[in-house]
Amino acid sequence: MTAMKEIAVVAFSQSDCLARAGAANEVELIMPQLRAVFGQVGLNNAQDVDFVCSGSCDYLQGAAFAFVAGVDALGAVPPIKESHVEMDAAWALYESILKIRMDQAESALIYGFAKASAGELPTVLSQQLDPYYLAPLWVDSVSLAAMQARLLIEKGLATEQAMAGVVARARKHAMVNPHAQVSGEVSIETLLAADTVVSPLRESDCAPVADGAAAMIICTVDKAREWGVPYAVISGIDHRIETHNLGMRDLTDSPSTRQAAAGAGVGRGAVEVAELCAPFSHQEIILTRALGLGDDTVINPSGGVMAGNLMMASGLARIGEVFRRIVSGDISRGVAHATSGPCLQHNLVAVLESA
Amino acid sequence: MAKLAAVVGIGQTHYKTRRGDVSIAGLVREAAVNALEDAGLGWDDIEAVIIGKAPDMFEGVIMPEIYLTDALGCNGKPMLRVHTAGSVGGSTALVAASHVQSGMFKRVLTVTFEKQSESNAMWALSTPQPFSVHLNAGAGGYFAPIIREYMRRSGAPYDVGIKVAVKDRLHGARNPLAHLQLPEITMKEVEDSMMLWDPIRFLEACPSSDGACAMVICSEDLVAESPKPPAWIRGVAMRSEPTMYAGREEVSPQAGRDCAADVYRQAGITDPRRDLDCAEVYVPFSWYEPMWLENLGFAPEGEGWKLTMSGATSLDEGGDIPWNCSGGVLSSNPIGASGMIRFAEAARQVRGDAGAHQVEGARLALGHAYGGGAQFFAMWVVGADKP
Amino acid sequence: MSEDTEAVTRIETPVYLQYNFTAGRAPARFLERIRQGVLTGQRCPRCANVYIPPRGSCPACGVPTEEEVVLPDKATVQSFTVVAIPIPNNPIKPPFVIANLVLDGANISFIHLMSECENSEVHIGQRVQAVWKPEAEWTYAMDNIRYFKPIDEPDVPVDRIGRLPIGGWEDEQ
Ligand SMILES: [Zn+2]
Repeated sequence: MTAMKEIAVVAFSQSDCLARAGAANEVELIMPQLRAVFGQVGLNNAQDVDFVCSGSCDYLQGAAFAFVAGVDALGAVPPIKESHVEMDAAWALYESILKIRMDQAESALIYGFAKASAGELPTVLSQQLDPYYLAPLWVDSVSLAAMQARLLIEKGLATEQAMAGVVARARKHAMVNPHAQVSGEVSIETLLAADTVVSPLRESDCAPVADGAAAMIICTVDKAREWGVPYAVISGIDHRIETHNLGMRDLTDSPSTRQAAAGAGVGRGAVEVAELCAPFSHQEIILTRALGLGDDTVINPSGGVMAGNLMMASGLARIGEVFRRIVSGDISRGVAHATSGPCLQHNLVAVLESA
Repeated sequence: MAKLAAVVGIGQTHYKTRRGDVSIAGLVREAAVNALEDAGLGWDDIEAVIIGKAPDMFEGVIMPEIYLTDALGCNGKPMLRVHTAGSVGGSTALVAASHVQSGMFKRVLTVTFEKQSESNAMWALSTPQPFSVHLNAGAGGYFAPIIREYMRRSGAPYDVGIKVAVKDRLHGARNPLAHLQLPEITMKEVEDSMMLWDPIRFLEACPSSDGACAMVICSEDLVAESPKPPAWIRGVAMRSEPTMYAGREEVSPQAGRDCAADVYRQAGITDPRRDLDCAEVYVPFSWYEPMWLENLGFAPEGEGWKLTMSGATSLDEGGDIPWNCSGGVLSSNPIGASGMIRFAEAARQVRGDAGAHQVEGARLALGHAYGGGAQFFAMWVVGADKP
Repeated sequence: MSEDTEAVTRIETPVYLQYNFTAGRAPARFLERIRQGVLTGQRCPRCANVYIPPRGSCPACGVPTEEEVVLPDKATVQSFTVVAIPIPNNPIKPPFVIANLVLDGANISFIHLMSECENSEVHIGQRVQAVWKPEAEWTYAMDNIRYFKPIDEPDVPVDRIGRLPIGGWEDEQ
């Protein structure tokens, strides 16, 4: 393979994870994050980057063309090069990398946003299933995840204890995350004392759904130097999808994550930190295994999505969290993960390294 | 420099009001299989799938790519879903091309679709939202006032739109895949059709169709592995501007002009009417042909309608710059795919593979798509000659 | 498939989802005021253009808008269409006129109904004024204004539409 142009992350910002963002509309959610990332680099608005790409989902707010309103936050006069994916903004980042590597841009702004509180998220997500066989059954996303957790436990690959351990660690980590919706010291015993909501899942096993937005600026390494800002390099990124047919999948494993990890080169060095998009506690156990992470990797130092799940931006935020730790000098290499679809059907893995 | 990329396979479905014989998965697979056959390839030859469609609410399936991965042979591969309103068919083709042009992929499949019959598009876009006046009179209600403003400015005669409506349907009658088959259509018939959103008559508006369009795009070194001539991608561009802002030029949006200038520069085009052999342009309402002729630089401002009336854009009248030889959006409109059909039909022309609607000797063609309130634009120029 | 089985070509699976819709801070402020019969726009701090209804940003500049501007209920027709087909779930009977209207003092149009006029006499540059519902029926909605009707003022030249001062056309002259 010929040497690909290196991609630098130079700015990241995310909103507080709020159960309800109150009166704010899309533009009002996005704008503070855009201002923050522009401020980090010393830019004015979207005119100062070469490409803009966003991620959002119409059904989360219940209105078609949710992303069109987002353009009102950009300052897109004169017109800009802009695109949108109906996916987590981590995939908008992926599209932006393609644009830079094909020399149509040196820099890109990426943002994701959602107001998931407008609807009943688990029910809404049931409508992303096969429309003829599964969607009419209205199987919600929590129930599907619960079936996955059940399989994991029955196979001896996880215990309710271990799942509660994931939650307790995430909440403890989240205590240093100023944007966290849920954080604090909690014992495994306390967590296990609660009843299950969709057995074997307890409410604590499910990431708290949040309204909000996140934004990032990436560019070529040359551009980052020109701007004179600290940066981290995305040394690898890959994403893979697997069958939609749940009965054909081994739900206790995540082969698409393993493929993406191989493609992104996760194994080419030590992984100091991994930020994983695991909206259910047992999924962190599956992902950790699929990524081949050991005890020397700190998992979700931000608390991960257990601290607050910014729909359509959580994947991007995972990459942002690893970026922040690299530019602050805490670590030199980390892995970030994003997911889409029921039971981890589609997974993206990125490796970030210090410059 | 971007890596060279070319279209080596194109597949479409028949376009019609209702494809009751296939599911959504069946529809996209039909287009994909046709594209693979056209490219002389199999599923294993594809490294990634890029899918696009207009709002999920059209079919009521959230992020349908999640369910469509099986039908598109994508398991174990990357799948990306683009959504940029009505321009999505075009921007999906551009995102697919960027997979190859970035050097990150050798060969990708891209598919766009709409199955409007499985839901009610008008209803899907009219979900009762509080706080706004409930005047969602469809796209026609939005674009009719803009067309009226064009008529006022240009002083164009009332029948320019009628002429385009006839011309594109006569083109469509040459295309066996086209939804509307109206070989006998006349100016009088269009003029007598019901006025929907004055000045837009029923026959001056696009139909609502089921359908899918797919393409295989590959890198330079793999072009020879496909049997038919390639369509080399010579330029790619997209532009967006806000839907509404003070002083916005709605008749000839700056985003469209900038996008065209960008794609022409890449393709070395200085005079689009002279340098291009034909164009497939997103014209959902007939009056948008003269408007885009000006916006895209084929005619000076205020004179696009003269080109139309002279027959310059008509294949049947032997025009020098035929527009929408396939019949265009006025003949087939599976919304999410409509933009990609423009891109694919431009490619068919330069591959010399457009059948009865082939422009003789076409070497260079423009594919164009727009969306939203005409604020999202995607374009490409494809050529028979390797750049 | 056995020969006596008919192909299934359609199943009905209705989707019903409920949402708590929020307008946004700036639109909410607008709606609070229109509840009292007052039209309130917002001015961009950078380009000074006035937006109504406001969305909280100037789309051209990409900056938040905060300064409120109370606008009169007189407007100019920027363009219009006569709609001949019914709108789903709307009691208005075709043919009816919907127009892009710019309020005096505003720099952007919005869509509203026009009535009390001959459809054939509606034209670009025409002066109109809001016809409000009875105060008792006012709610948090733009359709507190039932429609706009023509008023006896000279037409606005096309290059002045969207650029009139708050005092209106007569002020300008
Ligand atoms: Zn402004």
